[in-house]
Amino acid sequence: MPRKILIPLYGHEVAPRFDLASEAAIVSADHDGTWGKKIVVLAQVSAEKLCHMILTKDVDTVICGGIEDPYYQYLNWKRIRVYDSVIGPWKQGVEQLLNNKLYPGAIVGQQEESKSNGR
Amino acid sequence: MENHCQHLISGLLDAPVSAEAVFDEIPTALILLDARRQIRYMNRAASALTGYSTQEAKNMACHNIVRARAYLKDSPVSKISPDTGPVCVHSDLINRERQRIDVRITIIGLFDPDGRCLGYVDAIEDLRAAAQPETQMHPAFGFAGMIGKSPDMVSIFRTLPLIAQNHSPVLITGETGTGKDLAARTIHENAGRARGPFVKINCGALPETLLESELFGHLKDAFPGATENRQGRFRLAHNGTLYLAEIGDLPLALQARLLNLLDNNTVYPMGGTRGFQVDVRVIAGDHRNLEQMAEQGRFRKDLLFRLNMVRLHLPSLRHRGDDISLLTEHFLHKFATGFGKDIPKTAPETLDLLSTYPYPGNVRELRNIIKYAVNVCRQHQIQPDDLPAYLSRKVNPAAGAADPDTQPRPVPGTVSGTAQHSAEEAATWAETEKQMIIDALVRTGGRRNKAAALLGWGRSTLWRKIKQYQIQ
Repeated sequence: MPRKILIPLYGHEVAPRFDLASEAAIVSADHDGTWGKKIVVLAQVSAEKLCHMILTKDVDTVICGGIEDPYYQYLNWKRIRVYDSVIGPWKQGVEQLLNNKLYPGAIVGQQEESKSNGR
Repeated sequence: MENHCQHLISGLLDAPVSAEAVFDEIPTALILLDARRQIRYMNRAASALTGYSTQEAKNMACHNIVRARAYLKDSPVSKISPDTGPVCVHSDLINRERQRIDVRITIIGLFDPDGRCLGYVDAIEDLRAAAQPETQMHPAFGFAGMIGKSPDMVSIFRTLPLIAQNHSPVLITGETGTGKDLAARTIHENAGRARGPFVKINCGALPETLLESELFGHLKDAFPGATENRQGRFRLAHNGTLYLAEIGDLPLALQARLLNLLDNNTVYPMGGTRGFQVDVRVIAGDHRNLEQMAEQGRFRKDLLFRLNMVRLHLPSLRHRGDDISLLTEHFLHKFATGFGKDIPKTAPETLDLLSTYPYPGNVRELRNIIKYAVNVCRQHQIQPDDLPAYLSRKVNPAAGAADPDTQPRPVPGTVSGTAQHSAEEAATWAETEKQMIIDALVRTGGRRNKAAALLGWGRSTLWRKIKQYQIQ
């Protein structure tokens, strides 16, 4: 069964805040390392709505930035693996996850895109 | 800032000092950013707040380390220019420990003489410690220091937090002593800009020329005697609240300037052409009927409409029913504790007397009455005789001519009892007090020690008041 990964987005980056993301990427990854993406624009910015979407879309892994503890605990309780406090371009985050190199708090591709996106 | 030798503050002290030694000990989180909002340095307090070390944060985009709502939604950074001061916003952030923390962020732009942005300093205050417990903020029958349980006041207590949360100008009306200043401060303290300055100016207290300089500031040599630049109250209240008391006393010319300022949020100091953008919430207060003044041409209608966006009318004390007894108990407890006296309650007949008085000076007058009564009271209950004499005279104007048997009996050994009779004719509080002192001195044969003891005052207080009233 392919993995389903959700990443809240802020432009090309993993959204710094789970509760403030207005769009999310849903990635379906096969065992051979290939993956496809779908970008979903959220009707409403809300941590609750995002949690609901994660459950209804059968997501098994979430890569996100800052997330409040109640939502983190809730997703864990629902057996969803959460990699939080991840900083950097979301595609590189997915690559690192599929290569088993991602960990909570990881800073991926920090010196390139993060700099260019400084606001 | 990994190398101490590379970051020195020089030119201020005899020898250069390490920047870390200065910034790391400051308890407020400070972040130094370059023009692209990448973190160059953050102090120890910022590390503790965000959960990231200085090294981890270095060269990272600020919004990835300080995950504040304000940086991600409607970032205030775009509002900063050489013509604006710091921008303050109330926001929240989620730190590495997954805690959501309420913060107040002050963003200061750093510019070179040509106006080119060199970077920013962000100061982030953790508001968790400042948050007061709900019970302390909202005691029973009150709201943030205002006390009352009458329907009018309950309605005001419900409205105040809502008024506080928006940024519109507020006009507070009500008779003198109803608590306009307190209401203005309450609005400020319950707003997002509570940590900013609360600046008050009484428009009736200064002549027009001084008032203009006080409000808007002036440049050096703008007028004779202006020996240096002066920031006006509007600039002092930047990111906070400016309370204009007695707005009706503002001259018409200044009303036009105030209107202009409210429209474009720019202060032009006297003698200057360059404006300064301010973010100030204006609260105005007056005890007069501003609509009537506008009809008479003494107050600009357009300014009234601008200020009247949110209106708060404070009821007079005589229309607040049971609030009189509630406030009496409150002030009694406050002053008895303050003066170290054991006066737990007020006699029922005293409360009856207090509840029938019309209080032209409203809550302020009631407070002063109770303060006086606590001062002169020598028992464990406030008796009618402990109240200022003018009170019983106004409540019952015929008392002086009434049957002597119906008059309150003087309490032996107290001044107020004997003073009351002679003070019946006194028109003001000062005269009443003066008469009390004279009575005490007559009774004690001019011995000040005994007179002071009889009045319940210290010797120095009596001496000061004798001098004040020029009693020979």
